[in-house]
Amino acid sequence: MIRPRVFLILLVAACSLVQPSRAAEPEVNIEKNLTKGPGQEKPILVSLSGFTGEALQVLESDLYVQGFLATNADAAQYLFTGKNNGNLEGRVTDKYSKDIKLSKAYSGASIRRQTHAFVDDFVQTLGRKPICQTRIAFKMDTGPSSEIYISDFDGHNEKEVTRDKNLVASPDWVSGKFALYYTSYVPGNPSIFFHDLGSGSRKAFARYGGSNISPAVSPDGSHVAMILSKDGWTDLYVEKSDGSDLRRLTKSREDESSPCWSPDGQWICFAAKINERRSLCKVPAAGGQVQRIVTTGVINPTEPDWSPDNKWIVFTSQTRGFDICVVPSAGGEAVPLVSGEDPSWAPNSRTVIFAKRQNGRRVLSLLDVPTKQNKDVSRFSGSNSQSQPSWAK
Amino acid sequence: MKKLCFAKNITLALAAALPLCGCLKSPYHVTQIPNGGALTGTNDFAGTTPAISTDDSANASKLPLSDPNLTGGIPAANNADYDTWNADKSALAAYTVHFDYDSSTVKATEESKLAAVAEAMKGATPIAVRIEGNCDERGTEEYNRSLGDRRANALREKLVAMGLDAKKLLTVSYGEDKPVDHGHNEAAYAKNRRGDFVLLTPPSPGQLSKLENKQ
Repeated sequence: MIRPRVFLILLVAACSLVQPSRAAEPEVNIEKNLTKGPGQEKPILVSLSGFTGEALQVLESDLYVQGFLATNADAAQYLFTGKNNGNLEGRVTDKYSKDIKLSKAYSGASIRRQTHAFVDDFVQTLGRKPICQTRIAFKMDTGPSSEIYISDFDGHNEKEVTRDKNLVASPDWVSGKFALYYTSYVPGNPSIFFHDLGSGSRKAFARYGGSNISPAVSPDGSHVAMILSKDGWTDLYVEKSDGSDLRRLTKSREDESSPCWSPDGQWICFAAKINERRSLCKVPAAGGQVQRIVTTGVINPTEPDWSPDNKWIVFTSQTRGFDICVVPSAGGEAVPLVSGEDPSWAPNSRTVIFAKRQNGRRVLSLLDVPTKQNKDVSRFSGSNSQSQPSWAK
Repeated sequence: MKKLCFAKNITLALAAALPLCGCLKSPYHVTQIPNGGALTGTNDFAGTTPAISTDDSANASKLPLSDPNLTGGIPAANNADYDTWNADKSALAAYTVHFDYDSSTVKATEESKLAAVAEAMKGATPIAVRIEGNCDERGTEEYNRSLGDRRANALREKLVAMGLDAKKLLTVSYGEDKPVDHGHNEAAYAKNRRGDFVLLTPPSPGQLSKLENKQ
């Protein structure tokens, strides 16, 4: 009696897992209360009772950067109740439907980790992708030199990846792997390295003459897009991750920069300068005609990052300062959100992490795109800068 | 009891297999911290469906970024060939070239410095020069790294046109990572938008034998 039921449940679970998240065609998801544009949605109100100390802090922060806002029980839709004496126990009730969304006790790891898991479980009851147990990589700049670091998505549990006392730049996570590509100046000229974070081993991936910069690994890990000047001009190239089949995708006297991939791996989006005007462009990853991605309403777009659900491109626009903006991935009206630069999408396609200039240095900050709720996460004092975050997906 | 155990085993086996299915089929993943719970979920975005741009005019015209007929660009020197050479940052420091904001055009007023670098290279043998492109902080980091690269190559093209050997002219871009002035004002920015020339000389026989012993 048990077996068929177990099978059925697991089959359903398996189907939902293997459901491709690539969107070959634009999906139309019309959801209640979610019909407004980026930065215009109201937060979903929650109340938190029974939690204290670190658990309460983590709970508030994790929810805030995903579009929830803690308030009193009268106003809230979701009522979080529980306790954290040693281990975390929590329950979430939807006040309107009276449904118990979640009721769970956690053990093991740390209270911080248990709280992250609780929030992850909650957002999954709403059909969203969890982000609270994911990591980021970033550049830590100490002035004379910089190193690659990784940490939890909220800046906690940071670890040094490089210790070269040289310059590094633009870390990029390999999707689904505990590994990074980044630029290092250890060989003299900027060169691209692949770094396996599990074993700690790294190898030079691109060390052509001139610059080897801005690596962006394809969603399936098979190719790396990058900016090279081996042929004398600063152009966009793509190469297989085994180091074969180098292809030049642009050819221009002007400089291209900061490539990223569409989630289906078909397109590479990058920043270019055309007739002295900067704009976002895309080119088929296999080579072909370059197309402009229109960003109506803002100028000087750079540092694009394509959302995992294929709908949006988040980028930096430069006027007097720098603004984080989003535009539909096909191009169109761009929406400026907050001051900042170099954004990277979370797996949930709604939260981004970016760098913000503050008192002459850069710090990392999280932004929930639909509600524009924004929280700084850098935990480093002094004059050290943190920038160029890449969110593990 | 036996049945229960069997069911449990299937559960475990399938639970172990599920993440693998996810890896194979889905282009996006959640990189887990070890010791984490299994992360699942469907694709979602709590936002509006973006409007498709009606402006296709920009796409219709051919963009000058992939024109196969464009020629130019002098292949880069192989930086690795000069790994063991000695770098002298002060020898050519007087000839640092400055650029306008967001520009890689070598200004006419800066050309005499290039002539001086060319002269210095013609005199001594054998030497090489590393051209270092730098930017001010008014630009995003990777944009500036590309701009610095373009600046270094613009200077290199001029030096090659003056008759220097392209193989002995290396380029490096530091973007905005190596400012000479850390101020946040135009005076500082003007100093930071620059191309530095570093003189490279081959290792002496003594240095070379030391290096060989190391290997």
